[in-house]
Amino acid sequence: MKLHRSSGHLTLAIALLALPFIIDALFGHGWVRIADFALLYIMLALGLNIVVGYAGLLDLGYIAFFAVGAYTYALLGSPQFGLHWPMYVVLPLGALIACGFGVLLGAPTLKLRGDYLAIVTLGFGEIIRIFLNNLNAPVNITNGPQGISAIDPLQIGGFSFGSSYDWFGIRVDDVHLHYYLFLGFTLLVIFVSRRLEDSRIGRAWVAIREDEVAASAMGINTRNIKLLAFAMGATFGGISGGLFAGFQGFVSPESFSLMESIMVLCMVVLGGMGNVGGVVLGGVLLVALPELFRNAAGPVQQMLLGKVVVDPESLRMLMFGLALILVMLWRPAGIWPSTQRRREFDADDSVLHQEQETVYDASK
Amino acid sequence: MTPPSNRLLELTNVGKHFGGVTALADVSLHIHHGDIYGLIGPNGAGKTTLFNVVTGLYQLDSGSFQFAGQSYTRCKPHLLAQAGIARTFQNIRLFANMSALENIMVGRHLRTRTGIWGALTRNAAARAEERATVQRARELLEYVGITCAHQTLAKHLSYGEQRRLEIARALATEPKLLALDEPAAGMNATETVALKELLQKIRASGVTVLLIEHDVKLIMGLCDRVAVLDYGKKIAEGAPEDVRRDPAVIAAYLGGEAA
Repeated sequence: MKLHRSSGHLTLAIALLALPFIIDALFGHGWVRIADFALLYIMLALGLNIVVGYAGLLDLGYIAFFAVGAYTYALLGSPQFGLHWPMYVVLPLGALIACGFGVLLGAPTLKLRGDYLAIVTLGFGEIIRIFLNNLNAPVNITNGPQGISAIDPLQIGGFSFGSSYDWFGIRVDDVHLHYYLFLGFTLLVIFVSRRLEDSRIGRAWVAIREDEVAASAMGINTRNIKLLAFAMGATFGGISGGLFAGFQGFVSPESFSLMESIMVLCMVVLGGMGNVGGVVLGGVLLVALPELFRNAAGPVQQMLLGKVVVDPESLRMLMFGLALILVMLWRPAGIWPSTQRRREFDADDSVLHQEQETVYDASK
Repeated sequence: MTPPSNRLLELTNVGKHFGGVTALADVSLHIHHGDIYGLIGPNGAGKTTLFNVVTGLYQLDSGSFQFAGQSYTRCKPHLLAQAGIARTFQNIRLFANMSALENIMVGRHLRTRTGIWGALTRNAAARAEERATVQRARELLEYVGITCAHQTLAKHLSYGEQRRLEIARALATEPKLLALDEPAAGMNATETVALKELLQKIRASGVTVLLIEHDVKLIMGLCDRVAVLDYGKKIAEGAPEDVRRDPAVIAAYLGGEAA
């Protein structure tokens, strides 16, 4: 059994290592880049999963932490201030600052629940974006809507992830190198998520999601545990943001709109709230499918109708909405829900409930 | 007369208002170590309000309360749980989508220490603590008499089992005082007998019990002392037999003038 499992892990590891080359060979260079973005989004979604999936706190401004991480990296590693701090300083610093912002958002909103929390977090996300957009006067910090460009690539010592190398006759490009870097970070985030989920802290998060009053009556310090959820989620967002800035080489407030927050939330909800595997799947699907659609929509129309009737870009959002509705109708707990959530949405629940009521009535 | 040192919980002139409504007025009572203390009264008499004050869900407006010799007049629920008061709820509030075992494991939160670092590294201390938590949770399930699969979700348990699971979860916090809000509500006769036996077992283990209940037979057969509330005031207190004959109590329950 153990042997079986470890051989399964080995297969998975080889598949993940070979993946960028396979994608490159089959679909071309651009798709490796899309895979890199998918990994960044997965990290984001996993961070949000801690806040929304485990602790049940609906956060609609999550992208703000991504922005904080990205701008930290951009400001400390670009010609903007002439600072070129190394990645191993800036990335943890970005994560730390994002974590601080997580606590900053968490602290005043502790008493809010559900819709009210959603609205406040939404506002927070917008505040961060608008700040970044306007912090170019009177003192120019963020360069405003123009954003910051010529950001240092991700590099450690002399080794840059932004260059191409020839190793043993195999050409390894920057998109491949970034893939491996992001993969490492994603695996780390997955590891942390799963360890926390199955621990005293994780149980406390779920208890708060299930019934906050009962949780506090059981001795859980709901304030601290909720703040911890915000802080952990924000930290993942900050790491992802720093990597994004280094990868892209350019950041502007435009990348951190409300739409992005909702996109990440969709990954969590669609994939399967509270389940790490489901969230990863949600991230992959929501990055890959729209791209696929963008590439396919034009040619298919050309083929069937002889001309492009509807702009592929707008059609993409239409199909995206349709997919959301279909999933929510047929798999309300997500495509790959956690066992807990699946049981929550079980169809035979209502039957069981009725049975219990009959027993209850009979006992009176 | 019992010396004050034997008093586990002591309420002095407790008052609580909601807007213009007086839910509790000048209620004073004390509970001795090792007793089962009953709290009865007609609907809306303020029993649950008193409960919520004692467990920190409400902050009292006047008066004070002491637990185990310390003042907890303004205190958060989790600190009172820490001090040793655990409760159940009138309308069951289990973690519905967690298993029976996990529900009790949450109750162990207070008496365990594993933090982020322990959870991430799963070091020897964290593993040992997790094992002990599971072990204790299993024992408690057995203790309250839930024999079904431990992985069953709380909401899929039978009504009587849910009531007992709530008690087990409260016991997991290692309370000095166990406060039960109508634990027999909705139970049939057999389940009530089983509950009575369980409560006697809990008292024998040294835990003091505060009990709100409508089932007068259960209260009379179980409690050492009983207090009666009506319209937020304490109208009688004492041994069950005495309280039962008290004219004010009869009036409160049957209405009109005391016979």
